[in-house]
Amino acid sequence: MTKNNAAAVVAAARSKQKITTKELITQLFPNFIQLHGDRCGGDDPAIVGGLATFAHQPVTVIATDRGIAIEERVATHFGCPTPSGYRKALRLAKQAAKFHRPVLFFVNTPGAYPGQSAEEDGQGAAIADNLLQISQLPTPIITVIFGEGGSGGALALACGDEVWMLENSTYSILSPEGFASILWKDSSRSDEAAEIMQLTPSDLLRKRVIEGIIPEQADHQQVTAEIRDVLSKRLKKLNEFSGAELLKRRQKRYRKF
Amino acid sequence: MKLYEQDNTLSAQHVKADKQADSKVPNGLWRKCPKCGATVLSKQIDQYATCPSCHYGFRISAHQRLKWAVDHFSDLDERLISDDPLSFPGYKKKLVACQTKTGLNDSVLTGEASIKDMHFAFGVMDPTFIMGSLGTVTGEKITRMFERATAQRLPVVLWTASGGARMQEGIMSLMQMAKISNAVAQHSAAGLLYIVVLTDPTTGGVTASFAMQGDITIAEPHALVGFAGRRVIEQTIQQKIPKDLQDAENLVKHGFIDRIVRREDEKAELYRLLKLGGGRNDEE
Ligand SMILES: [Zn+2]
Repeated sequence: MTKNNAAAVVAAARSKQKITTKELITQLFPNFIQLHGDRCGGDDPAIVGGLATFAHQPVTVIATDRGIAIEERVATHFGCPTPSGYRKALRLAKQAAKFHRPVLFFVNTPGAYPGQSAEEDGQGAAIADNLLQISQLPTPIITVIFGEGGSGGALALACGDEVWMLENSTYSILSPEGFASILWKDSSRSDEAAEIMQLTPSDLLRKRVIEGIIPEQADHQQVTAEIRDVLSKRLKKLNEFSGAELLKRRQKRYRKF
Repeated sequence: MKLYEQDNTLSAQHVKADKQADSKVPNGLWRKCPKCGATVLSKQIDQYATCPSCHYGFRISAHQRLKWAVDHFSDLDERLISDDPLSFPGYKKKLVACQTKTGLNDSVLTGEASIKDMHFAFGVMDPTFIMGSLGTVTGEKITRMFERATAQRLPVVLWTASGGARMQEGIMSLMQMAKISNAVAQHSAAGLLYIVVLTDPTTGGVTASFAMQGDITIAEPHALVGFAGRRVIEQTIQQKIPKDLQDAENLVKHGFIDRIVRREDEKAELYRLLKLGGGRNDEE
C-alpha cells in the first residue's frame, strides 16, 4: 500500500524502525567483501562499498551508512557523505565498469555533509565528478533509495540506469523543514511543504523520476526479499543490453527532464 | 542531533541570501563593496562593475555582462517558459515579474558568440533572475547549448552565477543537474573544450554539477563559490567559519580553480584560452 499523506511518508522514511545498511548488506549479500578508501587519502565511513555475488554474478555494492552506535553516527556525520565518500563511490563504480560488473547503490542520506572540511575538500566538485563520470559507465547501474534521498548528495549515487524506492522513502531537493523555512520563513510548516514538494515514491513515479516502488513491511527479512526480487529481475533485463545500448537508454532517461 | 531538523540541506542559505542580492547590485549614489568594505562612488564604477580596491565583481545581469565579455553574440531558445511543475503557489507570477525585469525567459542566456576569430557556444547565468537558480528552463537551455556545441564542434564558455536549486520546481530542478551533466559528458567525449567562469555567487546544485565539470575553470576575484551555505555550515559544525572560506581565492589554494581573472582582463584571457586550450582544434 502506498501512503498518500506526504508528511506520514517523511516520518516513516526517518523512522527508527527503518531497515539499516548493515541489515541490507548482510541479508542481500552474505559473501560481501568490504573495500575501503578513496585513494586520495581518506576513507569515509558514510559510504560502504565492496564486492559480492548477487543473482549468480559478481556485483559492486555501494551504500550510504548512518551507523547505529552513537560513535558510528558521529563518524558518518549521521549518514551525510563527505567528498572522500563520493570519491570512494566513484572509484569503486569505475572499477566495476572495468570488469563489467553491475553496480548496486543503496541510498539513505539527508544529503551531502555540509561542513567546513567538506567545502575545502571540494564537496561540489566531488558530486559533480560522480554525475559526470558514473552516468557514463557502460555497466548496469541500479539505485535503491531506502529512506531519505537528500538532494545532490543522493543524486550523485542515483545517476545510472534505474532508481527504485522503498514505499516509505523520500527523494527531494531538500528537507521539507528547509523548504518551508526558505520559502515561508517558517520551518514548522514542514508538513505543508512535504505535500507541495512531491517527494513521495508515488509522486516521483508519476513524474517518471523513478522506475518503481518496492513494497515495505515491518519485517525486515521480507523487505530484503522484495528488494532481492526487484533487483534480480531488473539486472536480468539490463544484462541484455550492451554497454553502448545502456548509455543510449540512460541518455534518454535523463534527457526527458 | 538530527541534521534534517536544522534545514541543513544544501541550498537553504543560498536562497536566503536572495534578500541581500539587491545590495550587491550597484545602483544609487554610493556602493559599499561587500567584500572589502570600501565605499565607492557610483560614478567611479565603470562598465565592468568592479570594486576599485579589491577587484570584486558586483552582481550584474547577463545583458550587462555581454556588453564587455564578448564581441558578438546571438541569443537562442529565448522563448522557452517553465511549466511550473509543482503548481507552486505564486510561482508563475514571480516568473513573469522576473521576465519583465530582466528581459530573459529564465535564469540563463545561451547562444553563440565570438571573440575576434574564435567562435563558441556560451551561457551566461543571471543572478538577478530568481537568484540565478537552476530551473527546468535553465537546465534545458544549457543542455541544448551543449548539444548544439557538440554537433557543431564548438567549444563552450559558461559564466555561472546561481543560488543553487530552484525551490519552486522541486525534484525537477535536481534532475537538471543530471541532464546537463550528461550533455557535458558527451561534449567532452567529442574532444571539445569547456571553459567555466565562476562568478559571484556560484553555489549549491550548480557547484555540484556543471560549474565543476569544466576542462579549465577560472573565477572572478572574491567570487563566492561553494556547496553549502554559510549558516548551514556553521550550524552543522557549531562554530564560526572563516570569512573567506568560500572565496574563489581559497578554492584556488585547495586546488579547485585554475586561475583568478579580473573582469577587465577576461575577454583577452578567454581568447587566449580558447586558442590554446583546444578550441576548434579539429580544423588543424
Ligand atoms: Zn572591494
